[in-house]
Amino acid sequence: MGENYALELKQITKRFGSVLANDHVDLTLKKSEILAILGENGSGKTTLMNMIYGIYYPDEGHILVDGKEVSIRSPKDSHHLGIGMVHQHFKLVDVLTAAENIILGLPGKTMLNMKKVTAEIQALVNKYGFDIDLSQKIYEMSVSQKQTVEIVKMLYRGARILILDEPTAVLTPQEADRLFDILRNMRDDGCSIIIITHKLQEVLALSDRVAILRKGRYIDTVETAKANVQSLSEMMVGAKVDLDIDRPEPVSPQKRLEIKGLTCRDKEGIKTLDDVDLVVNSGEILGIAGISGSGQKELLEAVAGLQAAESGTILFTDADGNQKDLAKMDSVEIQELGVSLAFVPEDRIGMGLVGDMDMTDNMMLRSYHNGKGGLLDRRGPRQLATTIKDQLEIMTPSISSPVRQMSGGNVQKVLVGREIAQNPKILMVAYPTRGIDINSSHTIYKLLNEQKKHGVAVICVIEDLDVLLALCDRIAVLCGGKISGVVNGRSATKEGIGLLMTKHEKGGEQ
Amino acid sequence: MSVLIIFIQKAIVQGICILYGALGEIMTEKSGNLNLGIPGIMYMGGISGLMGAFFYEKDNPNPNALVGVLISLLCAFTVAALGGLIYSVLTITLRVNQNVTGLALTIFGTGFGNFFGGSISKLAGGVGQISVKVTGSAYTAKIPGLSKIPVLGDLLFSYGFMTYLCIIVAVLLSVFLFKTRYGLNLRAIGENPGTADAAGINVTKYKYLSTCIGAGLAGLGGLYFVMEYSGGTWTDNGFGDRGWLAVALVIFALWKPLNAIWGAFLFGALYILYLYIPGLGRSMQEVFKALPYVVTIIVLVFTSFRKKKEHQPPAGLGLPYFREER
Repeated sequence: MGENYALELKQITKRFGSVLANDHVDLTLKKSEILAILGENGSGKTTLMNMIYGIYYPDEGHILVDGKEVSIRSPKDSHHLGIGMVHQHFKLVDVLTAAENIILGLPGKTMLNMKKVTAEIQALVNKYGFDIDLSQKIYEMSVSQKQTVEIVKMLYRGARILILDEPTAVLTPQEADRLFDILRNMRDDGCSIIIITHKLQEVLALSDRVAILRKGRYIDTVETAKANVQSLSEMMVGAKVDLDIDRPEPVSPQKRLEIKGLTCRDKEGIKTLDDVDLVVNSGEILGIAGISGSGQKELLEAVAGLQAAESGTILFTDADGNQKDLAKMDSVEIQELGVSLAFVPEDRIGMGLVGDMDMTDNMMLRSYHNGKGGLLDRRGPRQLATTIKDQLEIMTPSISSPVRQMSGGNVQKVLVGREIAQNPKILMVAYPTRGIDINSSHTIYKLLNEQKKHGVAVICVIEDLDVLLALCDRIAVLCGGKISGVVNGRSATKEGIGLLMTKHEKGGEQ
Repeated sequence: MSVLIIFIQKAIVQGICILYGALGEIMTEKSGNLNLGIPGIMYMGGISGLMGAFFYEKDNPNPNALVGVLISLLCAFTVAALGGLIYSVLTITLRVNQNVTGLALTIFGTGFGNFFGGSISKLAGGVGQISVKVTGSAYTAKIPGLSKIPVLGDLLFSYGFMTYLCIIVAVLLSVFLFKTRYGLNLRAIGENPGTADAAGINVTKYKYLSTCIGAGLAGLGGLYFVMEYSGGTWTDNGFGDRGWLAVALVIFALWKPLNAIWGAFLFGALYILYLYIPGLGRSMQEVFKALPYVVTIIVLVFTSFRKKKEHQPPAGLGLPYFREER
């Protein structure tokens, strides 16, 4: 039996202080298979993988590679065993070329013969059909190219077991499909692949078997062919979950915001937004889709007054029909009109919340200038913090512990909760569910829908197209700072949006 | 004409002092360590080399020039490398702030130099009495024959061996950094230690080695100043601000050893320019002495305009590395 498995984990346990991150986990990976590991945030997926890769060392349990028991104490040990891992944040040196990154740290002759090395790598690249230029510097590459470099790096190091941590989080649907083709090629060539994800659709499309973890415990491994979205998510959450995202019909939508010819430039003088026209209505959710860095952030910031517009107008119409041009106002005035921005940047904390401050103080960031006299009024914000904590079920020891210590999902709830508490007329959220689990995500979708029912114009930037298609009334697609199309959320398809994300001229139904 | 030749000669001599320091600092900074202790380390190297040669000649009735040279080179390199080791232990192992450590080391090194300089002056019988005649003459010996060629000989062959050694070191360092596997690993550490660590490179070992060897190299600059420039004697604070010029030269050279060679000669020329311009008042002299720094600032301004990634300092420069904080 044992020799059929490329990798076996037996009764692996890992504790961090009093927290049990992995509780007697068993896992098997066959040769030539793609195994998906599915679990919510904090279910111990990454911890488990880090133990296979040698970043952590298990407290209890055994790891077997090709049927032999091994001890993996550092990434170097795992390289020797033929295990490679592609992290969510790429481990690449920006100023070096792809080829230089691939051979980094490898033993060999002291003098480097880049030509010979490049030819060797190129042979590997051709074999699996990768699409990269090995002499290109990393900083000139797109995210998907960087990911390719990481995979080639692992293969060049002789990895036969490849672990990918959320590989599609940063890719367009087309790029993800291409990645899947390559992974299937590698599987057919005898590699074993573990893919960590919480996107159920991908699990079903790609994997041979699925292992499910829940709260650090191993639940089960099932054949993908016998599973479906509903069964997988129930195993993942441990209870029956309602996966349908509610989408109420917009109630008497009125034009709230009309953006015309909006153009912005960054510090280097490159256009980040190029002649954007967009209408946002009250009582509806407008989704913004696009490859990251296509101008989503700039669009939201321009509306919030954080980004100066070079040209164009942003006409705000209030309930009584009075119009104001936001492009000519500063951020404080815009806030007073009821335009709220909850931006969750990649590192989550940074813009919007101060990591070292507690919930109360973070609430106060919004309201401190309303106080009378020179002293701060802490009572209101403290009440607000308590309300948000209770309503959104934020897991934190108390409202006076630093926000930095909370998990990602909870931080996002604090941020979104605070913005909603402003009773906004326009609520803008960017990546509100980035990296957080299904339950928390659905709480946030519900919050957005509630706001929509109250007649708020909601603009949200979400990476997951499945969610975007289920939640939004309309979806505007940005590509290179231009609106490449605005589609109806009820009738659009993922493929159609994917095409618009890479298309550089205007199109699509209004 | 002859004034011009002398000017160029002096510029090169000044430049070599700075170049040793800059090469050492480039080696160090490529590992992500910003060692501002280089000026102090150069003092340490200078006085240690001098002491080595002094005691050797003092106890030896018939000193051999070659032995004296080897002793002084070894002393200078070792003690300067120990300075680098102090810095390494503090910043790499104990993760103390790099700037604070570097500045403290500079103050320490300058004091170290002046203290022992004073001590051996006393042993020698008074200030300016230190004599390392045999060793010193080996350092200042010109290339026989070639240095007699008119003009060309004066310009190219009229220096002590350490001048040529310095150029060779610069070329070797460049080959090491950009053409070898170890150089690639070192550059990766300076840019992104986490990535290098994940690629199986021993970050701590590389950082220690490059910082200590870099400090040793810089120490040779101090020795060069003491032996060739001052002819084997010690003056308190005589080395002046050349150590800071070395740090500035690293930036000017955009972290490339080959750029540093001509940069060093330019800095050397600017540093002594005031002596060759007739009729300068005291205050104008000081303005001229600041020229190398002005040039460095201009280079900084231009490189920040161009924003070319290759011209930026190593991305991890000055930051401590914790594996657990990935």
